[in-house]
Amino acid sequence: MSGAGSNNDVAILGVGMHPWGKWGQSFVKYGVAAARAALADSGVNWQDVDFIVGGETVRNGYGGYVAGATFAQALGWNGARVATSYAACATGAQALDTARARILAGLSEVALVVGADTTPKGFLAPVAGERWDDPDWLRFRLMGMTNPAYFALNARRRIDLYGATAEDFAAVKVKNAKHGLNNPNARYRKEVTAADVLASPVVSNPLHLLDICATSDGGAAIILTSMEYARKMGIAEPVRIKAISTVTPTFPQTIMDMPNFSTDSASAVPAPERTFKESIGYAAYEEAGISPEDVDVAEVYDLATSVELDWIEDLALCKRGEAEHLLRAGETTIGGRIPVNPSGGLACFGEAVPAQALAQVCELTWQLRGQAEGRQVEGARIGITANQGLFGHGSSVIVSA
Amino acid sequence: MSDTATQAAGDSVTPAVAGWFTTGPAPALIGTSCQSCGTISFPRETTFCKNPACSGEEFEDVELSRHGKVWSYTDAQYQPPAPYIPTTDPYVPFALAAVELPEGLVVLGQVADGFGVDDLKVGDDVELVVEPLYTDETGVRTIWRWKPTTTDTNANGAQA
Repeated sequence: MSGAGSNNDVAILGVGMHPWGKWGQSFVKYGVAAARAALADSGVNWQDVDFIVGGETVRNGYGGYVAGATFAQALGWNGARVATSYAACATGAQALDTARARILAGLSEVALVVGADTTPKGFLAPVAGERWDDPDWLRFRLMGMTNPAYFALNARRRIDLYGATAEDFAAVKVKNAKHGLNNPNARYRKEVTAADVLASPVVSNPLHLLDICATSDGGAAIILTSMEYARKMGIAEPVRIKAISTVTPTFPQTIMDMPNFSTDSASAVPAPERTFKESIGYAAYEEAGISPEDVDVAEVYDLATSVELDWIEDLALCKRGEAEHLLRAGETTIGGRIPVNPSGGLACFGEAVPAQALAQVCELTWQLRGQAEGRQVEGARIGITANQGLFGHGSSVIVSA
Repeated sequence: MSDTATQAAGDSVTPAVAGWFTTGPAPALIGTSCQSCGTISFPRETTFCKNPACSGEEFEDVELSRHGKVWSYTDAQYQPPAPYIPTTDPYVPFALAAVELPEGLVVLGQVADGFGVDDLKVGDDVELVVEPLYTDETGVRTIWRWKPTTTDTNANGAQA
């Protein structure tokens, strides 16, 4: 489509992933596999890539985690410019935005963006040692407040305020499990019933174990180029990026958010018109020059099943408190009005932090090309991703065919 | 030789974190008020005011309201990982609440001993209490917690 932002389009020439799982190998291997798949998909030679951006993770114990250069060396030094991004779960979007900015500035023509992760088991917990000035450490010491407990706070509000039920949350898992059945990159490819979810142990009331996503190994990569470079490569109508929203919150942020003890106070300055998560999508729509009604497909961060419902409302795909209605009516299932997480989402992947926001864009690219075999949203022309990184990192990407 | 001293230290009851809450019969969280714009913060702000329109760097301690309304709540059915310090073996789950205070902010905390998610609803009234969190080499370490004050109505609701 054309519009206000059409001069700021960049082309997605290639996408690639290393399947998600618990492979127990180096993140470099997943990243290189994803990069080679994306290069092959695009027809671009690695030697012609003039900018590489790596999405990294700062989790303790990762030797040599200076991601951009690590991937560049693994692919063989080619003299490209290099950058590295870290924005927690939003890392991939920030890495993509870094590549886009250089391309739009005319400083680069063809960029490779890579993110990959190898994850530990269980709850993501802080590293050892005493750090009394670190809220991410203190929340465990003083409150025993885990990530699922934060997800559960919002899930509980959906129940108490909007009449959501544990069965609704389970239905999100059932839907996403079905979506991901045929996705070759998904880690979990198995039907799940609502009874399975409800029979799994409660982790943080009202969320059950099967409501909450796992952590996974995986890698995703994208070849991003100028529209002109795409034409030179013989691709006249590539899937393109219309917007990347990497906004921070606006003070005062009055919604309880991981890993904090409290919200900002609205005592001196009134709360902003939009919550942080609402503002992430709003900025993306504004940049792309489109409305929520224009969206055909969404990939949102279902860290927990209830979080998918939150995002559907935060992206204004329906009114506040109505996501369950959409879900129950089958509107968010493939074939419905606005399919959400046709890839299977985090429910089928588990989270590989620095790769996940890129994986969302890979999926939308396949959807918009009509190549999402076994999970295709028919006729999809515009897709949106949404995700939020710890400590105030927005992440939403809008792509169009 | 130092048995007596150790014993004495072991008997002491002190906050698990210094300067975050007062103790005594009417305990309260200690926040700060920006001397330039009046923004309230908890935990205490000591560096820069978070208000983007304010460059304030001076803050005055203020005690926050001891009463608030439940914004949301949950529990920890699995033992949280370190640095959480478990106090019982086997582990006993506890509840958590996010509470909206009249100062315009929401503050998290564990829920008082003896209360669980069935005792809570969004919008319920709670008050701040101070209770033991764990015991270390210095003695009992305490923490603020939220205690339901409208449990009668909720007890009925929970049975429904």
